[in-house]
Amino acid sequence: MPHESHPNIAGLRRRLARITGEAEPRGQSTGRLASGHAGFDAALGGGLATGRLHEFFAADALDATSAAAFAALLALRCSEDAPLVWLRTADAGRRSGQLYAPGIAELGGDPDRLLLIEAPDPRLLLACANDAIRCAGSAAVIVESWGRWPALDLTAGRRLALGARDAGTSLLMLRLGAAPSPSVAETRWSVAAAPSRALEANAPGAPAFDLELLRRRGGAAGGRWQLEWNHDEHVFGPKVGEAALPGAVLPMAARRAVLPHGAAAA
Amino acid sequence: MPLADARARVPELLVVQHDPVADAAWLDRLALGCNRYTPLVAIDAPDGLILDIAGAEHLLGGEAGLIDDVEMRLSRLGMSVRVALGPTADAARALARYQTRPAPDEDQAVRRLPVAALELEAEATTALVRAGLKTIGDLASRPMANIAARFGAAAATALRRILGDAPSPLDPRVAPPPVATERRFAEPLGSSAHATKVLAELLDQAAIELRERGKGGRHFRATFFRSDGLARSIEIETGHPTRDTALVMRLFAERMDSLADPLDPGFGFDMIRLAVPRLEMLGATQLKLEGGAVRDAKMDELVDRMTTRLGRGRVRRLLAADTHIPEQAQLALPAIDAPPPAPWQAPEPGEPPTRPFHLFDPPQPIEVIAEVPDGPPHQFRWRRQAHAVRRYEGPERIAAEWWRRRDNAGLTRDYYRVEDAQGRRFWPFRHGLYEEQERPLWYIHGVFA
Repeated sequence: MPHESHPNIAGLRRRLARITGEAEPRGQSTGRLASGHAGFDAALGGGLATGRLHEFFAADALDATSAAAFAALLALRCSEDAPLVWLRTADAGRRSGQLYAPGIAELGGDPDRLLLIEAPDPRLLLACANDAIRCAGSAAVIVESWGRWPALDLTAGRRLALGARDAGTSLLMLRLGAAPSPSVAETRWSVAAAPSRALEANAPGAPAFDLELLRRRGGAAGGRWQLEWNHDEHVFGPKVGEAALPGAVLPMAARRAVLPHGAAAA
Repeated sequence: MPLADARARVPELLVVQHDPVADAAWLDRLALGCNRYTPLVAIDAPDGLILDIAGAEHLLGGEAGLIDDVEMRLSRLGMSVRVALGPTADAARALARYQTRPAPDEDQAVRRLPVAALELEAEATTALVRAGLKTIGDLASRPMANIAARFGAAAATALRRILGDAPSPLDPRVAPPPVATERRFAEPLGSSAHATKVLAELLDQAAIELRERGKGGRHFRATFFRSDGLARSIEIETGHPTRDTALVMRLFAERMDSLADPLDPGFGFDMIRLAVPRLEMLGATQLKLEGGAVRDAKMDELVDRMTTRLGRGRVRRLLAADTHIPEQAQLALPAIDAPPPAPWQAPEPGEPPTRPFHLFDPPQPIEVIAEVPDGPPHQFRWRRQAHAVRRYEGPERIAAEWWRRRDNAGLTRDYYRVEDAQGRRFWPFRHGLYEEQERPLWYIHGVFA
């Protein structure tokens, strides 16, 4: 913090920090949800911060599965046997399909850790999310929503973020079929499916994800990674041949985000 | 008499459609209200209630006081009541429905009842009357074997039941709970907030009893009896046995918040009863140092709260089922009483997953262009979008479970793992082989990560 000319201003700043929740989190040291991909984790200072709100936007309606799987695998790999709470609306099964436990098991995840909660409408989904994040001890809380979600305004988002921080719960918001909009999320991602590395006889290979960092609180946004999931070792690895992709180079957006308006965009 | 005739005679006649379902629901509400007298209340459809008041009548000043109370409350609700007491349920029922003349005692009253009280078939009743047997007493003086031989075994059984020689068991509306506490008020409680406070005190009492027995409750039922004779029950369930008052009260508060029609005190509650119908063993536990037990307890609490708010079917865990039909391979069961998990199939090392992350049930139809009829899809159209297949693997052939169905119905499915130009991986299948069907249809069954 820069040197303050007047002690009153310093006091006011502290009060403001307390009100807005910028102060140090109580007691809890923030851990990291690390992906296992060295470049990805290094860019984020070790991974996605736990006890924070992260948003995952599906780049396209058809990328819903990729976004959901990435969030789920990240949460499942970073905790030993803590349960994963998954909240969705009752019509989500019709839109993007039901969560399929045999498929999760084949990705190396343990479906027994999954607790599925289906809310009848988006308003109740928000209320349930508020309760679920206050329950410490889950690997993460995944809240899946489809399309615009008017109930989730900045105030509601702030409440969720503070609740997650106080309980130390990581809150992963899956925004499917929605366009990114201002929010209080720590990081905001756009997830898409990436072409997999072909196996012999041109068979589709291991799951591959294309991630773009749209926004990062207090840090440079921008950056694009292609990750491949290795279900034997439970890590995300680089897709072979990724270095040749132009996406690995830090694009324009990163330089722009260093400017102050990047932080104010929230 | 037809309705038109009746209307001609009484022009101001009020006509209401007969609604047996609503009648049954009302009778059920009355039965719940009558739980204030005894936990053993049986419904005698379509218009009767049988109460087992053994040992419960002194609370209202004996049998006469009890009858007065019942008549007073039910007449306030606009019901006309016939009350009768009897040594057995069948005797009391027959007295309430068929008694016409007063009698010095219960035994005499039963004997003076007409034979119609046996509720035999019309022919049997007519036969009894023709034989000169007009009352139960007449019949009882004859040897039982003759009655059975002449009028059938049903007549003998009914007679023995009314006379109390054969047991006439009661089928109560709800089984009496193993633990129950209640409180009555001289002045009715006018506010729901007070009622909630009393409920907390009742829970404390029940917790003491539960602790002495080394048990915890899995199911709690609070019944609020209104002074006008109606009652309202509110129930909650927990995933694990508990006797923690604060926890149970939180669940009750959650339940009351989510009620479509809130708890209405009306003219006030004059009795509140807490019942614990389902008990399970719950010993004293020691917390683990590493905190695992605390975390589990918190998750259990979350499950209970969400189940109370949303309903059992909306808070679920996934369980493996032993079948290879994809949509039946998992069961989503309520988390509150899910059975212990069964093992899942482990992934094949080094192989990509063969099952999708998301599954559509029912599968979604697609239009497919294949190079050869029973080959893999070359291009398909799903949700109005065309996908060109770049990579594929398959088919994985999954036959219908012909050993389970006698008619051998069900078509064989050929599943392919395909990847389109954008890198999305899908799980389409062809429903039926060309030997089985003229033009098999294609569906998307799931999407891979």
